[in-house]
Amino acid sequence: MQEVEKIVNGKDLFKRPEYQEVLKNKKQFESSMLAVNPAKVEEIAEWTKSWDYREKNLAREAITVNPAKACQPLGAVMVALGFEGTMPYVHGSHGCVAYFRSYFTRHFKEPTPCVSDSMTEDAAVFGGLVNMKEGLKNCAAVYKPKMIAVSTTCMAEVIGDDLMAFIIAAKEEDGGEYLASDYPIPYAHTPSFVGSHITGYDNMMHGIMSQLTEGNKGETKQRINIIPGFETYIGSLRSVKSIVEAFGTDYIMLGDHSDQWDMPAGQYEMFQGGTKLDDAKDCINSSATISLQKYATVKTMKMVEKRWKHAGGFSNPVGLKGTDEFVMKLAELTGTEVPSKLKIERGRLVDAMQDSYPYMHGKKFAIWGDPDFLIGAVSFLLEMGAEPTHVLCHNAPNGWEAEMRAMLDTSPAKDSLNVWAGKDLWAMRSLLFTEPVDFMIGNSYGKELMRDTGTPLIYIGFPIFDRHHLHRYSISGYDGALNLLTWITNKVLDQLDEDTKGIATTDYFFDLIR
Amino acid sequence: MAGAASLRQIAFYGKGGIGKSTTSQNTLAAMSHYFEKNIMIVGCDPKADSTRLILHEKAQDTILSLAAELGTIEDVEMEQARLWGKGLFDKETPGGWINCAESGGPEPGVGCAGRGVITAINFLEEEGAYDEEGLDFVSYDVLGDVVCGGFAMPIREGKAQEIYIVMSGEMMAMYAANNISKGILKYANTGGVRLAGLVCNARMTDKEYDLALELAQRLGTQLIHFVPRNNIVQHAELRRMTVVEYSPYSDQAREYKELARKIVYNDMKVIPTPITMDELEELLLAFGLEDEVDESQVGKAAEA
Repeated sequence: MQEVEKIVNGKDLFKRPEYQEVLKNKKQFESSMLAVNPAKVEEIAEWTKSWDYREKNLAREAITVNPAKACQPLGAVMVALGFEGTMPYVHGSHGCVAYFRSYFTRHFKEPTPCVSDSMTEDAAVFGGLVNMKEGLKNCAAVYKPKMIAVSTTCMAEVIGDDLMAFIIAAKEEDGGEYLASDYPIPYAHTPSFVGSHITGYDNMMHGIMSQLTEGNKGETKQRINIIPGFETYIGSLRSVKSIVEAFGTDYIMLGDHSDQWDMPAGQYEMFQGGTKLDDAKDCINSSATISLQKYATVKTMKMVEKRWKHAGGFSNPVGLKGTDEFVMKLAELTGTEVPSKLKIERGRLVDAMQDSYPYMHGKKFAIWGDPDFLIGAVSFLLEMGAEPTHVLCHNAPNGWEAEMRAMLDTSPAKDSLNVWAGKDLWAMRSLLFTEPVDFMIGNSYGKELMRDTGTPLIYIGFPIFDRHHLHRYSISGYDGALNLLTWITNKVLDQLDEDTKGIATTDYFFDLIR
Repeated sequence: MAGAASLRQIAFYGKGGIGKSTTSQNTLAAMSHYFEKNIMIVGCDPKADSTRLILHEKAQDTILSLAAELGTIEDVEMEQARLWGKGLFDKETPGGWINCAESGGPEPGVGCAGRGVITAINFLEEEGAYDEEGLDFVSYDVLGDVVCGGFAMPIREGKAQEIYIVMSGEMMAMYAANNISKGILKYANTGGVRLAGLVCNARMTDKEYDLALELAQRLGTQLIHFVPRNNIVQHAELRRMTVVEYSPYSDQAREYKELARKIVYNDMKVIPTPITMDELEELLLAFGLEDEVDESQVGKAAEA
């Protein structure tokens, strides 16, 4: 039992005899009742490592095991928290919202404000109008946000609730007490059963940008909008801003949650930082818009390019080549020389890459994550001469697979490099057993794969629940590439030490200097 | 909000079996042929019979059946889901053109047809169907009553602004017309949707014209046209054609031309004033569609 004076955590507590006894006794309710045949379990476990099982696993259609994606409203909540004083409001069941909040909170280790109007069975039958009227009013009265960004869960979507009409009705009924007629309440329909969290990001960003700018089209200003996309690295947002600032140009980052999810200790405030609403309302008048994540902003960028006729386009500043392209795009749009600060940063990165090249070259990697993250990270792996043997994207949109394939085809090892679009991490398990790699790059959901297959996991991606502070770093820009280089190279070196530490057996290579 | 500012979006609602699809296709055909309007038809009925007369087909592949076949809606291509009209309505022939899509829906008894309508309309919007160069009208053909949020999709903000209710001088059709008006009223208060008229697809019942006119007035709208019954409609339908194409000089083609003209130049779009069930009963009584009920006989079985 715990002693008040000396509390220990579960890891040690359950080793004590009294707990060991309990665990042993519990066994009688498990396998010893002949519900399970241990030999059969062992046999099946072995079979799941085979090519035979892999074929069946990859052909699987009807079920997802260990998904590498989340659902639309999660992305919508992220967008909302990137705007000044904005409360994400999810119209639908509140269980979903508890999930979004805990998901982000576990990753960022920060509180995540988000409300729901808690639709229940009667709302499913009669529609959620009543919930919306009460919810918006409550939200405005209690939390006093400057803006409320409304998204939806599956329930509201299946019954076809009409957000725009509901919001107008809620404002009308309120009569301006809490919800003034010009109170900004942008919305987006975000059915979870369509696409993934990046689709929800796109829908909400499109909703906010199109609705806040309505009627504001005026004179074009020499200014660049930056849309970061579903960016989970706080440091990346800062790196991107510092690159843009180095050019001395006027810019607006649309959806900047870097302060919201990185609050200093002290007095708690519900909202911090974010894109100023005045800036967001005026973003239509910028001369250019650059999206840093193509696949997370398809709909938004269609509007920006076709209707707003902004210059800019896409640029994914991850890795050396990606950052170079971003920097050159900025140079072109602003008509200025590349600042020497960036040239020096670049030089340092290239130098560092040369230092580590021998260790990453030729190493085989399995990697998974969001489509845009993968484009950037795989590009960097290729720059380092690594071999991305398995590139898996569960939420791969149209066009991604071909783009990734074309990238892999630039590698001399192209014939052994594979793209897996629309597959989950249970499929990855089979791939790792049948065509093993040296390292995995991915999120915390790779932890079981690491245990099952013994492949070392390098934590890069989202969500990361069981390692600290990685999200505070950058993976974008030259400094971000240096972080990627550091994390990956040092894992390679850790593993090299691990493999060569056998006393008088393998330690002829257990070197002090690498 | 998709489409050019000049784009007009209309919808045909009405009781099942009233001849909605036939009337709407014939009318739209006339709008296209005689008034050179370019039209997209969006069928919002799991039966998927809103476009066959334009396409000369049995029934086109629906957006949802394509999605089911390919595994996901994202894999559906616009060319598979949206077809160009045949004959008169082709893009190449003179006059306006018509293109068509059907939402489709689940098998009877399972799933959610309303969600299907939402999915299909979102698909068309995202694939740019509303941005087609020269598009003048989008027309939605919607099944039955407004039973749930999904079937109200076409009358949501930014979609159909003018609703035409197809009805006839029968009790159930009038009930349905009144119910649909209630649905429109709900959305009219917060959005721009308006009732634009009743189309009476005549069954040639007694006092049908008078009754339809009276209902229209009670609802605060107009009886935009009284389409007489004519077998030529069925003859054309057997060849999967509209009357406008099958027999352009017939009386019936002229009727549809007149209805088309009235829709093209319609400037009477109102927030409807649906009536109560009691008022509706009274109306039917006054026109002899129902007999006065002898309260003392209610609930009694027939005498042997």
